[in-house]
Amino acid sequence: MRLLIHTTLFLSVFIFIGSSRIFSVEPSPQVQADTLVNTADTVGVSVAPVTSLLVDDYKYDNGEQLNLSWVPSIDDQLIDGKVSVYRVYRITNDSTRELIAELPPGSNSFTDKNLNRHDTYRYIVAAVSASDDEVLSTTTEPVQPQREWINFRRGYLFLLALIIGGAVIYYIQSARRGKKLFVRKIAGLEAVDEAIGRATEMGRPILYIPGILDMDDVQTLAAITILGRVAHQIADYDTKIRMPVSRSLVMTAARETIKTAYQTAGRPDQYSDDMVSYVTDEQFGYVAAVDGIMVREKPATVFLLGAFFAESLILAETGNSIGAIQIAGTARPAQLPFFIAACDFTLIGEELFAASAYLSGEPKALGSLKGQDVGKAIAMIVILVGVIAVTIGNAWDVKFMNDVKDMLTTIFSTQ
Amino acid sequence: MRREIPLLITAITGIVFVLQYFIPHAPFNKMNTWFSDWFSIVGAFAIWLGALNLLKISFQKIMDKKSDWFFALVIIISFFVITIIGFAEGQGFREPGTTFSWLYDYVYSPLSATMFAILAFFVASASYRAFRARNFEATLLLLSAFFVMLGRVPVGDIITGFLPQQYQLSQVASWIMTFPQTAGQRAIMIGIALGLVSTSLRIILGIERSHLGGGD
Repeated sequence: MRLLIHTTLFLSVFIFIGSSRIFSVEPSPQVQADTLVNTADTVGVSVAPVTSLLVDDYKYDNGEQLNLSWVPSIDDQLIDGKVSVYRVYRITNDSTRELIAELPPGSNSFTDKNLNRHDTYRYIVAAVSASDDEVLSTTTEPVQPQREWINFRRGYLFLLALIIGGAVIYYIQSARRGKKLFVRKIAGLEAVDEAIGRATEMGRPILYIPGILDMDDVQTLAAITILGRVAHQIADYDTKIRMPVSRSLVMTAARETIKTAYQTAGRPDQYSDDMVSYVTDEQFGYVAAVDGIMVREKPATVFLLGAFFAESLILAETGNSIGAIQIAGTARPAQLPFFIAACDFTLIGEELFAASAYLSGEPKALGSLKGQDVGKAIAMIVILVGVIAVTIGNAWDVKFMNDVKDMLTTIFSTQ
Repeated sequence: MRREIPLLITAITGIVFVLQYFIPHAPFNKMNTWFSDWFSIVGAFAIWLGALNLLKISFQKIMDKKSDWFFALVIIISFFVITIIGFAEGQGFREPGTTFSWLYDYVYSPLSATMFAILAFFVASASYRAFRARNFEATLLLLSAFFVMLGRVPVGDIITGFLPQQYQLSQVASWIMTFPQTAGQRAIMIGIALGLVSTSLRIILGIERSHLGGGD
């Protein structure tokens, strides 16, 4: 496994470094249009034509786009400009020209999308005067869109993902080999035992709310993975769990999770489908139902884990009013202050994702948490270098620092 | 097989989603849309599971004469009324002037708005608890909130009108929001992004299986 990881890493770095030279995509045919105005098309002319019309392939796509650029007409001025619009014409193969876009004055580029890479395209850009007189540029040479296998514009991100992903896998392997890993205590997760124990002692149910998004959101997935651990403990303690959900798929996934947890705990007979119930997809309808359950059934413990929006404070404050011990967690920064204000414990952002690994205590799961630290170290170094580069670059106009700033901007650009 | 097939589907889907971000070439460029469409189709069918579950539980409540069974009756009546009217009015059921849109505008919307409006009172009660100056951090929070809230209303600048413009409350509030607040939020966002990577890898590699029913 270790050999495989090292080989993969080596190959990826090699491919990455070599990519710009070895696998770089040759620039597609670039054709500069003749800048002379076709006099046959300029009867009643009142504006100058666009010049330097260029068409080239849109880099790193599936061969469906072409880029056009030109120098606007010299009559296209901010004050007293004579150009009212630019018209872009396309000639597919040898067919007649068709109007594909009208652009406002000042425009100097256009991306033609949804093309077929097997066809050839030629373009003309017309400057149009206020009296609707068109002055055409001459037609560009025929160009075919090219398709590429790899988006090298995202190459740095790929390398970064590879380093962080590689670190996570490395630490998982280290943990598997028995290496001791230190994971700091997370108060909210330390309190899970206590919260379940409290509900057991009080003979009241535990309310588990997995947010209001569907199973395609990773926060919901994190909430369901934590549910697996919590449900196992609930089954052990023979406590009741109540889980109203706002999505049908979450209902089926949660039922499956709780059912297996009860089976693993040796209490399959205690499980019931009624533990998880669907309420509604509507945000405030769901909130009304959950608030009603809280007020009527007075659960001793409330878990609010997952993706929450405006309902976060309504739910947390209702839980607070009934005296429940509340453990909340979300990866939505805007909702965190509400949870911190109204709940006893809050899992902030990454802690929500770490919860399942933390609760399981399994070395390989904990190893993945350690791998995140490599990412944090990279983030810290980059922030530090970036701050120094921007500060010195702006204050003293040092070229090297400006280059560093530009390089970091390129690396972390997500286009 | 009951565990292996979902694990395999998860792994393949996860890897494809990563690849399609870096490969613009067909078929990878279409896979994101395909998977999203498939998810929507599964979700559309699953909604009946949810609706049937809601009806089953509500009917059970009425039959067993459980406490608050009346609310279950309201659910069932509302469910059938809105469903029957929606189907009866056909494709244009959302157009203005239909009974469906009347129910939406004059029953559903006010009820939703009422629930949302409760938030105002909860913000007040939560702020009261959060802004008590019990320790150094809570005092900092209190002071920041004081400056931001006062700086966001015209009276803030009137009170501090005698100070140079950069020290007036609106400027202080925007400084707090632009620098310390943004810095804190970005730190949380970086943590969340790394947590996402780690969780996704655990799920794709099959290390995290508790969403399939806990344990190994």
